[in-house]
Amino acid sequence: MSENRLKMSSSPHIRSKVTSGNIMLYVTIALLPASAFGVWNFGLSALIMLICTTASAVLTEYIYEKLMHKKITINDWSAVVTGLLLGLNMPASAPWWMGVLGGIFAILIVKQLFGGLGQNFMNPALGARCFLLISFTSQMTTFIYDGVSGPTPLANLKAGEAVNSMDMLIGTIPGTIGETSVIAIIIGAIFLILMGVIDLRIPGTYIVTFVIFIGIFGHFANPDVGFFDPQYITAHLCGGGLMLGAWFMATDYVTSPITKKGQIVYGMLLGILTGLFRLFGGSAEGVSYAIIISNLLVPLIERVTLPKPFGKGGEK
Amino acid sequence: MNRCTERVYNGLVKENPTFVLMLGMCPTLAVTTSAINGVGMGLSTTVVLVLSNMLISMLRKIIPDSVRMPAFIVVVASFVTIVQFLLEGFVPSLYASLGLYIPLIVVNCIILGRAESYASKNPVIPSIFDGIGMGLGFTFGLTCIGIVRELIGTGAIFGQQILPLADAAAGKGGYVPVTIFILPPGAFLVLSGLVALQNKIKNNAAKKGKKVAESAGCGEGGCASCGNGACGGKVFPTGNEE
Repeated sequence: MSENRLKMSSSPHIRSKVTSGNIMLYVTIALLPASAFGVWNFGLSALIMLICTTASAVLTEYIYEKLMHKKITINDWSAVVTGLLLGLNMPASAPWWMGVLGGIFAILIVKQLFGGLGQNFMNPALGARCFLLISFTSQMTTFIYDGVSGPTPLANLKAGEAVNSMDMLIGTIPGTIGETSVIAIIIGAIFLILMGVIDLRIPGTYIVTFVIFIGIFGHFANPDVGFFDPQYITAHLCGGGLMLGAWFMATDYVTSPITKKGQIVYGMLLGILTGLFRLFGGSAEGVSYAIIISNLLVPLIERVTLPKPFGKGGEK
Repeated sequence: MNRCTERVYNGLVKENPTFVLMLGMCPTLAVTTSAINGVGMGLSTTVVLVLSNMLISMLRKIIPDSVRMPAFIVVVASFVTIVQFLLEGFVPSLYASLGLYIPLIVVNCIILGRAESYASKNPVIPSIFDGIGMGLGFTFGLTCIGIVRELIGTGAIFGQQILPLADAAAGKGGYVPVTIFILPPGAFLVLSGLVALQNKIKNNAAKKGKKVAESAGCGEGGCASCGNGACGGKVFPTGNEE
């Protein structure tokens, strides 16, 4: 009788419940606080923008895979995450068709043409954002808040004006839909850390490197600021897309290194590039460009930091 | 098809330097920000290509094999200088917008490639027609890319506004130009798009049973006289089969 209980099968015998679909669903949930705050902060136009980007991303993925006779992968939520992240990176005042165009570009050009999920060489949402930023510079950098078009706190900071760090922490400032509220982003990030989707290595090194860089070089970009001026650093941390980028976009599995050392190198690179662009670049913000440039360097970072298998590569 | 028209057809369609051979990518990507630039660059290259093919073909028995590259360069550079002065004198606006890329025609790999692989091995008349075909193919490629980039990037073709532009200040709706297409990334996007399109058309034609591989001019003298090494002797076996 006991023979019947023996099951013969080949490995693997233990399967994890973690799938791409699960992880992407968690990311979507983690993005909800920032999205909800954005809609509350900027009104109906923000909601329309988020719907446009998400719907166009999902539809593009579906239509492309249908036309190419591939497996339909819209159920794994990755297109939703891409669309939502793109929407959170758009100003609420941009026209809706810009969001649609961005969603199509993100999925079609950056993701699917390179082979779909897991094959894209840079973050699709950021690739599309930079595409739109270069194409429609004025619409993408006009931020209307409370009916008034005004500069973002980062632009004020660059011009050497005072900013209110408390407003920046809560998020009642002009900016893109999802980047303004640090608190809402942190809530989502804590959820992701608790669910084990992301760890602190990339965002941690990113933020620490950035703080050190800004602390040292802030003085050279703006002589009124002393070394490691706490208020200046806080304003830089809470302003712009740094938090959204560090927690949600730099940690994208596909476009970040898998080796532990590589993740630290990648985080440091992000911090230095972001600081460089913000302090010495032409525009006030530099997170998007820092992340997509670092994305391109990920294969090199991985090659350099590849761990040696035990017993290999010792003394000769 | 006689040999001369075959050469022109070869350059325009079968071995189009831009879309099939992928030669001369530097001017292709750099100057095609508008259709008129594409035409200007293409025609300048065509003139140089025809004249240099002609002269190199004439001199092919005099130039020693070991110094053929410097000799070709001297010939090409002379013609480029002539073209450059003519452009500067008669179409200064085009000269200004093409800028550095006119002297760079000297090292354009289409011109050196045709000199090396065709003109230095073939008689004068076919070489001239080879130059015409390749040059027109290049012009065609550049103009196509220029038209698409100018249309999407500014809403105009050859400087004529086709799509009425939106004017936010006047509250007027219309076309909002996608500026990235007249910037360097747009060149890559448009080129890859057009290459994909023509591959699709070719594949469809091949599926319908149309014979894609035709005689590559290797009728007389077999593969040795043919500049096209890509067929590897497979298209037209040189043996005396019945």
